[in-house]
Amino acid sequence: MRVRAIIKRIVQQFLRDKRSIALMMVAPLLVMTLLWLVLDLEQYDPAIAVTDVPVQMQDLLEEQDATVEEMSSAEAEEALQDKTVDAHLIWDQDQVKLTLEGSDPTASSAVQQVLNQASKQMNPNTLNMEVNFLHGSTDLNLFDNIGPVLIGFFVFFFVFIIGGVSFLRERTQGTLERILATPLRRWEIVIGYLSGFGIFIILQSIIIATFSIYVLDIYMEGAFWSVLVITFLLAIAALSLATLLSAFAKNEFQMFQFIPVVIVPQVFFSGIFHIESVGWLEAIGKIMPLTYGADALKEIMIRGQELSAVLVDVWVLIGFSLAFILLNILALKQHRKL
Amino acid sequence: MSSFISLNGIQKSFKDETVIKNVDLAIPRGQLFGLLGPSGSGKTTLVKIIIGLLNPTKGTVHIDNQTMPSLKLMQEIGYMAQSDALYSELTAKENLQFFASIYGIPKKKQKQRIQEVAKIVDLTDHLDKTLEHYSGGMKRRMSLAVALLHQPKLLILDEPTVGIDPVLRASIWQDLKKLQQQGTTIIVTTHVMDEAEKCDNLAMLRDGYVIAQGSPEQLIEKSNTETLEEAFLHYGKITYE
Ligand SMILES: Nc1ncnc2c1ncn2[C@@H]1O[C@H](COP(=O)(O)OP(=O)(O)OP(=O)(O)O)[C@@H](O)[C@H]1O
Ligand SMILES: [Mg+2]
Repeated sequence: MRVRAIIKRIVQQFLRDKRSIALMMVAPLLVMTLLWLVLDLEQYDPAIAVTDVPVQMQDLLEEQDATVEEMSSAEAEEALQDKTVDAHLIWDQDQVKLTLEGSDPTASSAVQQVLNQASKQMNPNTLNMEVNFLHGSTDLNLFDNIGPVLIGFFVFFFVFIIGGVSFLRERTQGTLERILATPLRRWEIVIGYLSGFGIFIILQSIIIATFSIYVLDIYMEGAFWSVLVITFLLAIAALSLATLLSAFAKNEFQMFQFIPVVIVPQVFFSGIFHIESVGWLEAIGKIMPLTYGADALKEIMIRGQELSAVLVDVWVLIGFSLAFILLNILALKQHRKL
Repeated sequence: MSSFISLNGIQKSFKDETVIKNVDLAIPRGQLFGLLGPSGSGKTTLVKIIIGLLNPTKGTVHIDNQTMPSLKLMQEIGYMAQSDALYSELTAKENLQFFASIYGIPKKKQKQRIQEVAKIVDLTDHLDKTLEHYSGGMKRRMSLAVALLHQPKLLILDEPTVGIDPVLRASIWQDLKKLQQQGTTIIVTTHVMDEAEKCDNLAMLRDGYVIAQGSPEQLIEKSNTETLEEAFLHYGKITYE
């Protein structure tokens, strides 16, 4: 069968190209690990300068892991300027005054949280709340939260680059035209190409998902194979989009020019940032495959949903791929009418 | 007898530049037909139109009474592109195996055919090298091997012997003659006069026009010249005066 011949050829070619294999299989792991190191850090412990603060309060602050330093107002002001402390707390009879350094929101909110906790314990009569989590837990940090989006993004990104460039090379080195001078049908070429790469895509999806979930220990409530299904669908969408766009690039450099236009914006709309409040922004997100892939991955990994609960995402991703594949077959008409 | 290949009123424009201007050709079955013309005269363009890789702006191509492009006819055509379109990561054998499968040559016969074509282009000893390590001339020969692989009825070769040494070139022409005797129709583009002389019939192409057609002897005779080269210059002059 002719499609099988194409698949076999792509596998042979790809196996000889060690660099691309590394880029597709290892690079995402490397980037995920770096992000994990950065985002999975323990929460920030603020340093607070105190003036005339009662010892009891100071102890409570230290219990919250804050570094407490007693100093005079003048010293504290200097320390704030030098950024050696994040805040200055003054206890002036019943007047409590807090000055925040303020340039780093993470530090500022850490200070406020520490103070909140401490004052709650100073005065236990304030509203005492028991907090429960429907999904996730207190341990759910930033990496766990955006991890599913990152998995989706890196699958999309690396498949897009490798798939797009290799199809582009078929165009520039003339082999695409050459096989159009054979009885191959246009759909056979597209399907053969996607299937040949599909084998490596499945491998890549398994590697990225396994690594993130079992090595980086990203928060995961749902089923592993559901994650695989979504990453695979996302990768097929990326591959078919990349092969399609390669028809509009003259060389590798022009292919890379699609990254800021097509790939990067998808990150903004895929759930890392909250954009629900702006209607038209949300509308843009709706035409991007990553939005659906990331949504499904979040539902599965953080909220523990079944694949059946994200069927809409699944169908939309399949729809994107089918549309791109059809357009691919049509785009080959520029080489051969039939 | 209706001809095997017929081009009727072929025109081809890229954007606003017309590169093939009203070409009519009729090539009988079994002929070794040469398209002779200087660089940029439109040989490659015309050849691509014949196999259907380019759509003519105007006109039609018929091969064996069928309109091109036709997938059924693609099976009967062997094409050697001007630039070697091969997979450089793969070995010569793997390249040949790929094309053999595309043309549906049964597994058993593949081995035999690969050996046969490798022998014709003298690459038998280099079949297991990846094409990255092939020289320019070796790649050229590989392209020819691919074109011959499925024993097509029609061979279309775009400057097949560029970069090939005289000894091998002579042997390739011998093989082409042999194929022709077995009934293969062959279209060859060239800008080398001594190769053109080996063709049964020639079309001289210049700036997208066919300025003369006929056998090499006829062309020389009609133009009252001694050599094809002079004849070519002669016809060029008439057209431009
Ligand atoms: N895709 C294209 N777009 C625009 N112009 C083109 C295109 N392909 C070919 N041409 C033009 O058509 C003309 C004929 O080109 P063609 O490649 O057919 O020449 P040729 O006779 O094969 O030359 P050579 O002997 O150098 O291979 C040239 O002027 C070329 O610039
Ligand atoms: Mg040419």
